[in-house]
Amino acid sequence: MNIATAVPDQSKISVRNLDFFYGKFHALKGINLEIPEKKVTAFIGPSGCGKSTLLRVFNRMFELYPEQRAQGEIILDGENLLTSKQDVALLRAKVGMVFQKPTPFPMSIFDNIAFGVKLFESLNSADMEERVEWALRKAALWSEVKDKLGQSGSSLSGGQQQRLCIARGIAIKPEVLLLDEPCSALDPISTAKVEELITELKNDYTVVIVTHNMQQAARCSDYTAYMYLGDLMEFGATEQIFFKPKRQETEDYITGRFG
Amino acid sequence: MSDKHLSSQFDSELSTVSSRVMEMGGLVESQIRTAVYALAQFSVESADQVFELETRVNAMEVDIDRELSSIIARRQPTARDLRLLIAISKTTANLERAGDEAEKIARMVKSIISSGAARALPASELRVAADLASGLLRKALDAFARLDVNMAVSILKEDDAIDREFDGFVRKLITYMMEDPRTISPSLDLLFLAKAIERIGDHAKNIAEFIIYVVKGADVRHTSMDAIESVVR
Repeated sequence: MNIATAVPDQSKISVRNLDFFYGKFHALKGINLEIPEKKVTAFIGPSGCGKSTLLRVFNRMFELYPEQRAQGEIILDGENLLTSKQDVALLRAKVGMVFQKPTPFPMSIFDNIAFGVKLFESLNSADMEERVEWALRKAALWSEVKDKLGQSGSSLSGGQQQRLCIARGIAIKPEVLLLDEPCSALDPISTAKVEELITELKNDYTVVIVTHNMQQAARCSDYTAYMYLGDLMEFGATEQIFFKPKRQETEDYITGRFG
Repeated sequence: MSDKHLSSQFDSELSTVSSRVMEMGGLVESQIRTAVYALAQFSVESADQVFELETRVNAMEVDIDRELSSIIARRQPTARDLRLLIAISKTTANLERAGDEAEKIARMVKSIISSGAARALPASELRVAADLASGLLRKALDAFARLDVNMAVSILKEDDAIDREFDGFVRKLITYMMEDPRTISPSLDLLFLAKAIERIGDHAKNIAEFIIYVVKGADVRHTSMDAIESVVR
């Protein structure tokens, strides 16, 4: 399905004629989409619509599973990353990801963040401390953990762990941050902090978020894509999607008439 | 609305608040009819009934607003549901104001009666205009109940006709007043009455605009008839 939607902002990722297969199952069907740079783009849609699948193509996460394959083009900075010979670890440093459940490494709060940085940069200890503090401040976690950086990451609350994972993601200074249901395991206050953080992050990063919570998409995204059964049904400015969607299918879903 | 939400409770909340608006509209209609009757018959009793209805209309506006706030707080409506609730809120405000105009007519009738000039006034043309305006309000409520945009457009056109009628009436009053200065005082009363009737037509028109807003998602206030017709088409 080809949906021509004028997006006024500069595009960071261009998705062209993307098909995705889980074995024989055709999970994404001819997706065309421009992800605007330094904006928040939300993917919404019912379970199984392909929104997480699409997100995981952006950093080739699917390649961990041999029966999964993607066809088409994902252009990031002029290069098709599906055919690129670029090292996948470098790609994932550029396109970071945060998962649904907080996944702190079994190490200290400090090392959780320093670990990824060490893979790509050799910083002296003063610079590393500065980087860790910077990432924790960006993730709005610094004031809560600054006196216990040596403690285990898993000693934090769920909401703090998720912000730790976001801090870990931004510590290596990616260009794109992919968030897969980042708040589904969090209470409303932690959710509000993460949403606040997402708004903050778009000053420096291109953010793509998959969410089941439509109000969350409405609150914190600039653009929204509605997906259904592997098709991109509608893509547009979030305000337009939630006020006057162009397609009946989108309206039925966001007003809760979907059955 | 034929299509259903996953939550039947939400459906029932929307349909309850919509039917409350129709109920309020019915009260305002009868308020206007009673005011017109008071004007035709110079009846103090009917004028007083208009004031009694006003109290009920005001209470309903407050009730409906409370229901709307509750739905918005609990359901976070989007798209057409959101537009419907905003339109209902605006519609009740317009109905309440149309009721205020009926009250003005009733008050004017009472003051004309107490001044003793009642039978001398050429009020028959006003009665025609008043019937037109209250008919237009009824039509607006019908169109709202059915979310009928074509009917909404025809209401907008009819209101233009009422406005033209009002302009003609004003010119006629001016002629009366120039011919015989003794008619100035009753003519001014008539002018205020005519203005109140014209305002009722305007409120019907506003309601018609909100119907287009709900169905088409376009705000057609302060736009030309051409622009409105291209939205509806």
